[in-house]
Amino acid sequence: MVTKEKNRIRVMTGNEACAEGALAAGCRFFAGYPITPSSEIAEILSRELPKVGGKFIQMEDEIAAMGAVIGASLAGSKSLTATSGPGFSLKQENIGYASMAEVPCVIVNVMRGGPSTGLPTLPSQSDVMQARWGTHGDHPIIALAPSSVRESFDWTVRAFNLSETYRVPVVLLLDEIVGHTSEKVVLPDTSEIQIVERQKGDPKNKDYLPYKQTESDIPPMISFGEGIRFHVTGLCHDETGFPTNDSQKIDLLLRRLNRKIERYRDQITDNQRDQLDDADVAVFAYGSTSRSARWAVRRAREEGLRVGLFRPIVLWPFPEDEVFSIAQKVHHIIVPEMNLGQMAHEVEWASRGSTDVIRINRIDGDPVRPQVILEKIKEVA
Amino acid sequence: MFDYGAYLRKDKFPLIWCSGCGDGIALKAMLRAIDRIGLSKDEIVMVSGIGCSSRLPGYVDFNTLHTTHGRAIAFATGVKMAKPELTVIVVTGDGDATAIGGNHYIHAARRNIDLTVILFNNWIYGMTGGQVSPTTPFGKRASTAPYGSTENAFNISGLAEAAGASFVARETVFRPQVLDKFIEKAIRKKGFSVVEVFTPCPTTYGRRNKMRSVIEMMNWLKDHAVPKSRAEKMDPQELEEKIITGVLVDLDLPEYTEEYQKLIDRVKS
Repeated sequence: MVTKEKNRIRVMTGNEACAEGALAAGCRFFAGYPITPSSEIAEILSRELPKVGGKFIQMEDEIAAMGAVIGASLAGSKSLTATSGPGFSLKQENIGYASMAEVPCVIVNVMRGGPSTGLPTLPSQSDVMQARWGTHGDHPIIALAPSSVRESFDWTVRAFNLSETYRVPVVLLLDEIVGHTSEKVVLPDTSEIQIVERQKGDPKNKDYLPYKQTESDIPPMISFGEGIRFHVTGLCHDETGFPTNDSQKIDLLLRRLNRKIERYRDQITDNQRDQLDDADVAVFAYGSTSRSARWAVRRAREEGLRVGLFRPIVLWPFPEDEVFSIAQKVHHIIVPEMNLGQMAHEVEWASRGSTDVIRINRIDGDPVRPQVILEKIKEVA
Repeated sequence: MFDYGAYLRKDKFPLIWCSGCGDGIALKAMLRAIDRIGLSKDEIVMVSGIGCSSRLPGYVDFNTLHTTHGRAIAFATGVKMAKPELTVIVVTGDGDATAIGGNHYIHAARRNIDLTVILFNNWIYGMTGGQVSPTTPFGKRASTAPYGSTENAFNISGLAEAAGASFVARETVFRPQVLDKFIEKAIRKKGFSVVEVFTPCPTTYGRRNKMRSVIEMMNWLKDHAVPKSRAEKMDPQELEEKIITGVLVDLDLPEYTEEYQKLIDRVKS
């Protein structure tokens, strides 16, 4: 059941919270394909979307689901799909299409162990690089990593808001722990939830250009059927939306696509800082691993060690300035993650040699235990 | 004289299609059909994948969506579900719809979603230079079948019929006046409808298969097309290499978006 006004206190999983967040954000179209550990999101939305006049469809494969999501968004519906590693791989071509054609949509990837079919029921964080670079070509993308059930709700709403604001696909990276952990949550009142709608073009404006180089770098959208007819393609296109081989126009398009995320980095990025002000050692952790890290940092503080936590919630765009600034102040940054150092590599790059980056990697389907992080803190502090 | 210009984006001309290509004949038949139905340009969404035929939406003044290879029907499914009031027409080719996109083709037919698929079958991957396709006849040559294809060809219309389509018709561009009537029926049909259009590709198919000139290819289509009524009286041997034309399926079946709307009305109340 969708949470009613009077019943905002609930025990639910991250996947359930994600589905609720999508409904709260105004999502009215879901296309998906069954895959563990994300299927509950599809199951809940198959039940709840029609109750609010929304549409759910289980497509014949992951590729089709991504295509249908893009089609529905172009027709004006806020659209969602949910998947996990192998399905995320299959969706990549059409995610690139959404980046290129600037079609708002949200892709939930409840990360499980890979590569290949890997570990269907066990957690991992090994898709963080795929979220950034999974599709070919230089392309804009935003990726988010909530760490709790409540955050799964909030950041699903935020994912839609970012996607509609910047006309970009947004990847919501849950992991199997976040997706399947049950927690008590107090969901926000509907009145407290901020919902953003895409900037609309004027259907009476006969000079409307669907890919105009506007001052904001984000062209207003008109949906199919609203009275202005235009062309949408994954080919390089000019302001009219039609394919072009004109090198100047190609350059304008591709630079604008990437710039529109880069220039709004400050509005997009979000992170949590915990006791970093006087820290000699920092822990950089995200998603469910950040919960282990938080415990370790607090315990280390109790023992008098000057250690702090930096936790990016927005992984892409990467918080390079924030990491650089921390790297100036600490002698070690510890990066625990459930992969072989995908984000540690980014931390090293952003630190530009000004601190030692220590990796803690776990790839066997078990989470990074708090004690392991604490021991590493003690070792280097 | 029919005013094709009312539907074309003439500033996008010249067309990318080679001289002798049949795609333009099918395009014109489609515009006549749309005109007869009296649809406004605003209410049509034309969706395509990748290939020669899939460039068609760029030339017509509708809401047009040129998608990824094979995925036109998947994108079109999203458009149709979000706005069932729109008329959604998919333009695709034999490779696009039945090789890389084969899964979407059969499942859209199974769902019986109200899409009209105009499927240009030229037995070859024309845009990429003439590679063998799922409809290249056994023994015929292609750039990736230099000794002749050793695979069997798909019966595209039969595939749609078996998968549950409401309407299936087959015609060649040699008979455009019949073709436009089939396209009209297909668009009018509530449900998944397919018009398989046999269209010549002299550039990449004909020249490899002893039909160098356009006239030879058109004559081949003329000589090998057999109306369904006549075919029913012929024996299988006589029908070898023949193209059976006509309306092959015309059924009234529950349509997907209407059924989904009923579901919404039921669970909302």
